[in-house]
Amino acid sequence: MAVDKKIVLRFPKRMVDRPIVYRLVKDYDLEFNILKASITPEQEGLLVLELKGNQQEYDKGIEFLLKAGVQIQSLSQDVTRNEERCTHCGACVTICPTGAFKVDPKTRKVIFEDEKCIACGLCIPACPPRAMEVHF
Amino acid sequence: MVKTIEEINEKIKAGKAVVFNAEEIIEFAREKGVKKTAEQVDVVTTGTFGIMCSSGAYFNVGHTKPRIKLGGGRTYMNDVPAYTGLAAVDLFLGANALPDDDPRNRIHPGEFNYGGGHVIEELVAGKDIRLEATAFGTDCYPRRKLETWINIKDLNEAVLFNIRNAYQNYNVAVNTSDKTIYTYMGVLKPNLGNANYSSAGQLSPLFNDPFYKTIGIGTRIFLGGGTGFVAWQGTQYNPSVPRTEKGIPKEGAGTLAVIGDMKQMSPRWLVGASVQGYGCSLTVGIGVPIPILDEEVLRYTLVTDADIVAPVIDYSDAFPQLKPDKLGEVSYAELKSGKIKIKGKDVPTASRSSYPKALEIADILKDWIKQGKFFLTSPVEKLPGAESGVRVRPLKERPIEE
Repeated sequence: MAVDKKIVLRFPKRMVDRPIVYRLVKDYDLEFNILKASITPEQEGLLVLELKGNQQEYDKGIEFLLKAGVQIQSLSQDVTRNEERCTHCGACVTICPTGAFKVDPKTRKVIFEDEKCIACGLCIPACPPRAMEVHF
Repeated sequence: MVKTIEEINEKIKAGKAVVFNAEEIIEFAREKGVKKTAEQVDVVTTGTFGIMCSSGAYFNVGHTKPRIKLGGGRTYMNDVPAYTGLAAVDLFLGANALPDDDPRNRIHPGEFNYGGGHVIEELVAGKDIRLEATAFGTDCYPRRKLETWINIKDLNEAVLFNIRNAYQNYNVAVNTSDKTIYTYMGVLKPNLGNANYSSAGQLSPLFNDPFYKTIGIGTRIFLGGGTGFVAWQGTQYNPSVPRTEKGIPKEGAGTLAVIGDMKQMSPRWLVGASVQGYGCSLTVGIGVPIPILDEEVLRYTLVTDADIVAPVIDYSDAFPQLKPDKLGEVSYAELKSGKIKIKGKDVPTASRSSYPKALEIADILKDWIKQGKFFLTSPVEKLPGAESGVRVRPLKERPIEE
């Protein structure tokens, strides 16, 4: 069975120089797409990945990552909308590179489809009432 | 068939007023015809909810013991500077004001997370605000320093006074340059990457009374969740712009100065705004009732998004350089479809003004009127009309020679 998931990886600083993604490709035949990466010197590495492959191999790959000391969380919880603060103006709609926001043609309300979100963070400062929140 | 405001108010008092919002009335009149609709309907309610600069508020914080004269000194509300040049304890706070230590655009684009608009939101939310002031001291006002919490409920007056709101039409902003720009109309992507507009269109107050026949000085309105009034025409009032056959201005035209008791208002309808790379402001909710006095007044309220056109302006050049160039005209119906065509290119659109919230405001106002809680007023003075010759002018700079 094929699987396609977006995950957030956190590397402790001792691991920043190890070729982790390479092993995912080589040993588990997983296809990856880097959505976001940042390495803070002397601190930690953060990598947002889209991983595709066979379910069994995917599970093995995740196990390898966990054993290696990488922390993993799923992406969808990382960018959320504070429904209290959202005014449904629409300022986010054309900012999002993956089209995760769309306007309901009937109610004109802005719908946030978080499964399309890649947690790039562009919507955060572009939202005037600061309704979009990122939790890395 | 002609009605008076007094007759409409009698019906409101008796709980018999027939009220529609500016969206519903379009369909109702299409079915019943203009004549019948004008007879049956008493009021059409409008609404708008968007970032409105030139908003602010004044306060009288009460005298201290011993007395302090804030005028001529410096006063801050949650670190945001307030204008003190009025008197001893009267202050004016502008929505765009920023803390002295805000980094602004030093690292472009700045975030502008907290400013005057946010202080106004927190005040109406009932939160305590830190008031810090220094003064120079006089014989009658000897005190020089003040640090205290204040709360809206303890202030003698807290009055929202916005000198330019509710723009009648607005630009559609685009960017033809090859760099992303950060404007008050939002983030504009390079090479016509997106187009941002800001009006509630067919629901917006001044689109429903394009010649200011019923809206004037003294008109009672929904303001920030409470009731307020039209105080004057807004600044940059520009009624003499080109209009469509139906009289709708084809660019920014009329504006309103509005005033109201902040103690009645709510953080739901006054929301602090952070505009990336531009600054802080305030999102304001306004609703204006239109008394259906006759068929002509009704006819104007039947305006639809397809009837209203807005100019497409390049915010990478024409706007900042104050050039008159337009890239074209589009209707609000086109804007709301999600994309428009500019220079042969499909450009995705986004609104800066919330249509769902505008509709909610028009419906709240409708309920207030139906429940006999809100009565209509006749303007005490008309706003300057399209034939007044009043027009907005740029600053004519004259070099200062010593």
